[in-house]
Amino acid sequence: MSLESLYQEIILDHYKNPHHKELHAPYAIEVHHNNPSCGDEVTLRLSLNGDSIGQVSWSGVGCSISQASTSIMSDLVTGKTMSEALELERIFLELMQSKGNFSGDVEVLEDAVALSGVAKYPARVKCALLGWMAFRDAALRAGSS
Amino acid sequence: MAGFDSASLRGDFPILDRVVRNGNRLVYLDNGATSQKPRSVVDAEREFYFHHNAAVHRGAHLLAEEATDAFEGARTKVASHVNAKSEEIIFTKSATEALNMVAYGFLNATLDKSGVGSPFHIDKSKNIVVSELEHHANLLPWQQLAARTGAQLRWFPVDPEGRLDLTNIESIIDAQTAVVALTHQSNVTGAITDVPLISNRARQVGAIFVLDACQSVPHMKVDVQALNIDFLAYSGHKALGPTGVGVLWGRYELLEQMPPMLTGGSMIESATITSATFASPPKRFEAGVPNMAQAVGLGAAIDYLNNVGMGAIAEHESELTSRALAGLGAISGLTIIGPTNNHARGGVLSFTVEGIHPHDLGQVLDDKGIAVRTGHHCAWPLMQALKVNATTRASFYLYNTEDEVDQLVAAVIDAKRFFKV
Repeated sequence: MSLESLYQEIILDHYKNPHHKELHAPYAIEVHHNNPSCGDEVTLRLSLNGDSIGQVSWSGVGCSISQASTSIMSDLVTGKTMSEALELERIFLELMQSKGNFSGDVEVLEDAVALSGVAKYPARVKCALLGWMAFRDAALRAGSS
Repeated sequence: MAGFDSASLRGDFPILDRVVRNGNRLVYLDNGATSQKPRSVVDAEREFYFHHNAAVHRGAHLLAEEATDAFEGARTKVASHVNAKSEEIIFTKSATEALNMVAYGFLNATLDKSGVGSPFHIDKSKNIVVSELEHHANLLPWQQLAARTGAQLRWFPVDPEGRLDLTNIESIIDAQTAVVALTHQSNVTGAITDVPLISNRARQVGAIFVLDACQSVPHMKVDVQALNIDFLAYSGHKALGPTGVGVLWGRYELLEQMPPMLTGGSMIESATITSATFASPPKRFEAGVPNMAQAVGLGAAIDYLNNVGMGAIAEHESELTSRALAGLGAISGLTIIGPTNNHARGGVLSFTVEGIHPHDLGQVLDDKGIAVRTGHHCAWPLMQALKVNATTRASFYLYNTEDEVDQLVAAVIDAKRFFKV
């Protein structure tokens, strides 16, 4: 496992120019998640468009993995139905928990497959999941409200 | 050069031969978190388990006698190491437990009907003094004590170099101060506290002074009498010793008045179904069968440290720190979070590199076999005061070499190249 495969260009691009990283209003749900072991944090806002994800916007501080993953996630779920978006979250979580045994389907996960190398570094998995867990929390709250 | 050759004693630490990522030999610079163990420490634990294991202070048999001798022998070593009396040393499971033991001593004296008049009795007219640079282990026990008793929590702020700002010492520590709890050396900035200056003030107002010595006892000569303090806590595992053993030292006349945090076996003088009287210190504070092998291992660790010499260790780490401050300080975009000169600071160096998050920097260093700590170092209030989210921390010990410092500096430069910053 080389550093280059962990830090693919796509990740560094999202880190330097993150997408949707500006909190928007109005929104339906706002959540704040942090990672107490490292201090990384994300505030995420979600607005719905019927049964679909209208807009995801966020702010936060963290390492390149957490920031790029949140950026990629917000691209990926926008416009999806709630159940499609939660299914993506499930597939991404499975990829992160794979210990590096599979690389992910680029047709489904798109840019997020670039994060597959993270699964080989157990200490970094939580970085990649920070934004996704915030999204899941927001989506479930939105679904139940 | 210090009075010993760090390269020659590395052979005593088998783990330092480990080959880690990408075939690199381990460069262990995370000593602030825990230290590695020399063979003599592990051998002492093994010797205890294989030949002398029995519950100490009980049992009418030879092994119980030998185990007690070994355990009490370790207590004597721990005591003389900080210039204290044996009966003033309490073995705990960790420094965290040791610090809590004092905080709970205050709480229990406050709850106790007969506690009024005890030096550990507090109420909302009193205050508790800490600082912004405390490790959570020496902040939360006091913060929670304040919340539960209504006592006011006060703190010394830090200056931009990450040192305590003592400008308002006279008003922060006043006649209503019950306890002052401070770190001897910051686990983040490496700044060494001017303890006698503050403990003299605490003495003036009759406050109890508690010192978190986790980052000092393993690295320098610490003398509880010269520091003029009342309590001191440190962890064995940061001082070449095993995990699972910490030390609380307290002045005997205070220990005699402090209620125990844990009650149970081996800490009583007598017991009935409704009441008990407690044994004298240190037994009063060692309920249950203690971590015997770990205490014995800590005794062996102290022997090891004394053979090398605490003065020589401090001098060696100071040389490494000077080299690291110069090497890292010359890297553009790198900011030392802590004192940038090598005056009154220990071998703990925190830094940030513009454009590289500490986790990402730590990952690149790990790829080269260099183990550092990244994050907030269990000191969130300090990070907030210094306005940083996280840092990378290198911390040295007696077995680290100048070559390892140079590898660290080179690896940080490589990381900048890798992340194109």
